[in-house]
Amino acid sequence: MAEEESNTVANQSKLPDKPGRFAALLKKTSKGSMAPEDTVLVWPHLVYIELICILFGVAVILFLSLVSPAPLEELASADTTPNPTKAPWYFLGLQELLVYFDPWLAGVVLPTMIIIGLVLIPYIDPNPKGKGYYTFSERKFSITGFSFGLALWYILIVVGVWFRGLDWSWYWPWDDPHMHQPAGAVKLVDLEVILTSVLGLSESPLVTLGRYAVTIANLLTWAIFLGYYAVGFSIPFLFLRKFYKKLGFVRYNLVMFLFLSMMGVPLKIFLRLLADVKYVLVTPWFKI
Amino acid sequence: MLKLLERILSVARTTQVWKSIFRHGFPSTDSNRALVMFSNVILHLHPVRVRRGALKIKFTWCLGGLTFLFFILLAISGVFLMFYYVPDTRRAYSNMKDLGTVIYFGNLFRAVHRWSAHAMVFSVWMHMTRVFMTGSYKPPREFNWVVGVILLAITLVLSWTGYLLPWDQLALWAVTVGAKMAEASPLLGSAGPFGPELGMTSSNDVAFVLLGGTVVGQSALLRFYVLHCLALPLVTALFIAVHFWRIRKDGFSGPL
Repeated sequence: MAEEESNTVANQSKLPDKPGRFAALLKKTSKGSMAPEDTVLVWPHLVYIELICILFGVAVILFLSLVSPAPLEELASADTTPNPTKAPWYFLGLQELLVYFDPWLAGVVLPTMIIIGLVLIPYIDPNPKGKGYYTFSERKFSITGFSFGLALWYILIVVGVWFRGLDWSWYWPWDDPHMHQPAGAVKLVDLEVILTSVLGLSESPLVTLGRYAVTIANLLTWAIFLGYYAVGFSIPFLFLRKFYKKLGFVRYNLVMFLFLSMMGVPLKIFLRLLADVKYVLVTPWFKI
Repeated sequence: MLKLLERILSVARTTQVWKSIFRHGFPSTDSNRALVMFSNVILHLHPVRVRRGALKIKFTWCLGGLTFLFFILLAISGVFLMFYYVPDTRRAYSNMKDLGTVIYFGNLFRAVHRWSAHAMVFSVWMHMTRVFMTGSYKPPREFNWVVGVILLAITLVLSWTGYLLPWDQLALWAVTVGAKMAEASPLLGSAGPFGPELGMTSSNDVAFVLLGGTVVGQSALLRFYVLHCLALPLVTALFIAVHFWRIRKDGFSGPL
C-alpha cells in the first residue's frame, strides 16, 4: 500500500498517461504474500458495486420518504408535558434504564462506559485469530460478550419504543394506549432495608460521617456490592489461569471490570423485577 | 443519433478544455483505469487494485459506504432545509409548516433528511457490528476502530441536536429528557453525585453550558442549530477523512 502511494505522487507529475509506465504497478499487489491473480482493478469492479449501492440506498430513502413523511407535532410548549416523554429511539434503551437506575448512571456513567469500553476493544483483545473473516469458534468469549451487550442494547430499545406508554408503564400492543395502567401495588425497598428486617439488625448508625449515617446493614450492602466485583474478578483468576495468562494483568482487569459492569445491568434489572429492590447501595451522594 | 453523440464525444475529448479536466483517456484500458484513481479526488480514496475477496458483498455488506452515502444525503437535504429555516423560537415552527405546505419539495426534503438520519444511526451501528464480527479492529487497525467509535458518538449527537430544530412538542421534550440527564452528571451536574459539593448549580453546570440556560429555550435552539449545521458536520467530515485515509494506509482485512 505504501509503495502504491509513493508511485502515485511520482506519476502525477508525469502526466499525460503512457501505458508502459503503469505496467509494473498494475501487476504489483498490495501485500507480498498474495499472488497477482488474486487482485482486480478497482475501476470497474469496485466502483460498479459502489454505484449499485448508491442507487439502492437512494431508492430506499426516497421510497421511505414518500411513504412516510416526517411528522410535525404541535408547537413546542413548556406548559404541556406530553405523557410519556420519549427521547429519540436510539436513546430509548438508556431512557428505559431510568426505570432501574438513577439518571447519573443510566444517562451519563453507563453510556460513557459503553463508549470507553468500545474504544478499548482492540487493545484488550490480544487474540490474533479471527482477523478478516467471520468466525465464532476462534473467538468464543469476545463474540459472546459483544453479542450479549448488543442484545441488551436492542432489547431495551424495543421495550422503550413499543412497550412503554402512559406514565412509562408497561403496555402490550393490545392494551388501550389512552388508558392509564392501574398503579402497581408493589412497593420498592432498598436492599439495606430488606437486610435490616430480615436479619433483625439494629437501625442505629455505627458511625456518622457528616451526612452519612453508616449502619450495619449499610456496610453489608457495601460488602455485597464490592463483593460482586471481588468474586467476579477472582473466579477466572483462580480457576481459568489460561484466560488470565493470555490477557495479562492490565488487560485482565479492564476486561473483567467492563464485563462485570455490563453483567451488573441485567442483574440489577432482575433484582428490581423479582425482589422489588429499589437500590442496592445507598449513600447521601449517590444510589446504585 | 448515437453515432453522432459518439462523434461529438470523441471530438470533445481532444479539446484543450476536456484535457484540462480529465488527465487521461476514458477508463477502458487498464492504464487509464489506474490513472482515474490517481487523478480523481474522490476516487483516489480507493487503491488501484483490490483483492477479489474484498469485493464480496457478504463480507462488508457495504455498510460503511452506505453510512457515508447517508451522510452525503443528509448534507444535501440539510443545505436545502437551511434555506428555509431560521433558528428563532418564534419562527422555527412556522418554517417547518411552510416546508410542509408551501415550499416545493419541502416535505420530500424533510422526509429524506429524517430517513437518512435514522438510516445513518442504524447503519453505523451495523457497520460497527460487522467490523467487530470479522475481527477487523485487530492490529494494525486498532486506531481506525477508535476513530469509528468517535464517529458513532458524533453521529448520535448530530442526530440528537437535529431533533430540537423543528421546535414542536416532540423536539422540545425529547431534548428536555437529554438535558435532565446532563444535569445528573457526576461532578459536573447540579443534580448529580458530588455536583453540589463541587459548587454546581443549575446556572453553571454542564446542562447550562449545553442549553445556554436553565430550560430549553432560544439559546438552546441556537446552540443546537450551530452544532447541528456547522460544528458537528465539520468534525464528522474531518474524522471521516481520517477514517478513510487509515483504511487505505492499514489495508483491508477482507478474506484472503
